[in-house]
Amino acid sequence: MSEKEKILSASDIVVQFQLRNKMLTAIRHVSLDLYEGETLAIVGESGSGKSVLTKTFTGMLDSNGHIESGTCMFEGKNLYDIKTDAGWEKIRGKKIATVFQDPMTSLNPIIPIGRQITEVIEKHQGKSKEEAKAMAIQLMEEVGIYNAAGRFDEYPFQYSGGMRQRIVIAIALACHPKILICDEPTTALDVTIQAQIIRLIKDLQSQYGYTTIYITHDLGVVANVADRVAVMYAGQIIEYGLVDEVFYDPKHPYTWGLLSSLPQLGIKGSELYAITGTPPSLFDVIKGDAFAPRNPYAMEIDFEEEPPFFKVSDTHYAKTWLLDPRAPKVTPPQQVTTLHERMQEALIKQEKQEGLI
Amino acid sequence: MSEREKILEVKDMAVTFYSGKKAFTAVSDVNFDVYKGETFALVGESGSGKTTIGRAIIKINPTSAGQVIYKGKQINCKLSEEENKWVIRNIQMVFQDPAASLNERATVDYIVSEGLYNFHLYKDEADRHQKVVNALNSVGLLEEHMSRYPHEFSGGQRQRIGLARAMIMEPDLIIADEPISALDVSIRAQVLNLLNKFKAERGLTQIFIAHDLSVVRFISDRIAVIHKGRIVELAPTEELFLNSLHPYTQSLISAIPLPDPEIEKAKKLIIYDESKHDYSVDKPSFQEIKPGHWIWANQKEMEEYRKIVK
Repeated sequence: MSEKEKILSASDIVVQFQLRNKMLTAIRHVSLDLYEGETLAIVGESGSGKSVLTKTFTGMLDSNGHIESGTCMFEGKNLYDIKTDAGWEKIRGKKIATVFQDPMTSLNPIIPIGRQITEVIEKHQGKSKEEAKAMAIQLMEEVGIYNAAGRFDEYPFQYSGGMRQRIVIAIALACHPKILICDEPTTALDVTIQAQIIRLIKDLQSQYGYTTIYITHDLGVVANVADRVAVMYAGQIIEYGLVDEVFYDPKHPYTWGLLSSLPQLGIKGSELYAITGTPPSLFDVIKGDAFAPRNPYAMEIDFEEEPPFFKVSDTHYAKTWLLDPRAPKVTPPQQVTTLHERMQEALIKQEKQEGLI
Repeated sequence: MSEREKILEVKDMAVTFYSGKKAFTAVSDVNFDVYKGETFALVGESGSGKTTIGRAIIKINPTSAGQVIYKGKQINCKLSEEENKWVIRNIQMVFQDPAASLNERATVDYIVSEGLYNFHLYKDEADRHQKVVNALNSVGLLEEHMSRYPHEFSGGQRQRIGLARAMIMEPDLIIADEPISALDVSIRAQVLNLLNKFKAERGLTQIFIAHDLSVVRFISDRIAVIHKGRIVELAPTEELFLNSLHPYTQSLISAIPLPDPEIEKAKKLIIYDESKHDYSVDKPSFQEIKPGHWIWANQKEMEEYRKIVK
């Protein structure tokens, strides 16, 4: 990974929101590097800050939010120095594009599908109407719209949810962005459609050469798409590493909790592991490790002092005191240590059955 | 299987919605039994009709054909007030969105008590209070929560309130419509455990409506897969996962994201092609291919399925 080039480098970001006269700290000192050509999955529960973090890369924070500190280097410039909409327009959509969860809100319901794609091409690439139309139809074909020319003049409501999301992807790719941020792009879709959209984003990646940030709460989706994973909790990244490292050798108790509570790993008839309690309020000042009150392995220091990142490997880091040499040795829950074994077992069982057929 | 008590029977049920002169049949040919104490899952994608089936059972959606029989008594017909009360009291529903299904202006105390008030299921005020406290405790909430309003709770806690409201009626059957879809991963497990607890401790029968097969595999004893308003396959859970026959079921199973990078990245997707079914002459019906395993197929398909079934 080290020989790969950093395409985006964010460091020490703090994002705050003014809400009902109170200050909410949504992102608490997050640093993140993105390497060219990779897919980085950011996983976390709602409110963990995964969307807010990536919104700062395109200047799309809600108006009551601001970047309190930090830098985000992209193509030699600090993105956070951009203060005007005109400045952001050179980046947003053109260099860094976003695909959001709900395709219906990203598309304008009263403008034909084709026009919404050509608009972007004409604006950002200065093509003529005819050229833009030809390019748009080609894009529509690439994202898997059958009879693209015939459906060019149809409106969003005439498309199914999955097809709409394909169009949103087509619009995002129209300017050949360097970075594609996929913010829960399949959460609103059915599983069978979800699988197809995930595959589409992956297939087009080799063709268009974009780097992907994939935001999701679904660890199954992460396993599918990611080269690297960052796990977020209460406005911080608490563990990151290569996808295999995070799934097969996770170090943070929150990651353990997330993996253990998956019903896929549950044993029928016995209780499913559940993380107790709820995430902390981000209005409050958080002392120590934010996960400590819910952490069955918490030590005294967890309530006193925030842990630093401990190095597990060159690519794998976790922010937990359990990795401190002075900490007692703790073995992760069995669901976590036997994850691969158990998933494989289930698969073999399935294949055996099919083999008998 | 046969000696187990059937708590609910659904026979050839259909639900048709009318809009002026236009009619739209949302579900048809729905056949299944639910046995006492089991968790029976209705699984399908959005628009498949799974919720419509659940709602038709408790008469939120009127049926246009077939029978719904609860404890030997048909309930999808005109019932006396008393019979209606009996049905409402014994079959309770838990909804997907706990924010939308709770009265924002009522306290938890009132929300949970409402059924008791409606049916006068309490001796005196002290008895009612105790019942509410018990119901809240059983879902992991506390007495002090009684005076609070729904907006003061997190999503997972709200779903617990919804569950307490249903459980206080001491129902025989709960219809849970996507009860965990709106919840975060770590909170889902808590609610799933609660449902399992009620099943183990009180023998609660459940109809669990969901789109997520991995959740359904964990929680249910039997599964019915619904596609475009029809049950296409019905079998015990592991039988369905290991020996699914209908191509739609297979595509649905193949699409479940597995939390294991190596396996997930190597996975093959099965894409369902509806046009492969030729039902122009040879008409399909819902048939039992082996004990407990049902499938929607025509005669030609049945012959093929029989060759591969074990």
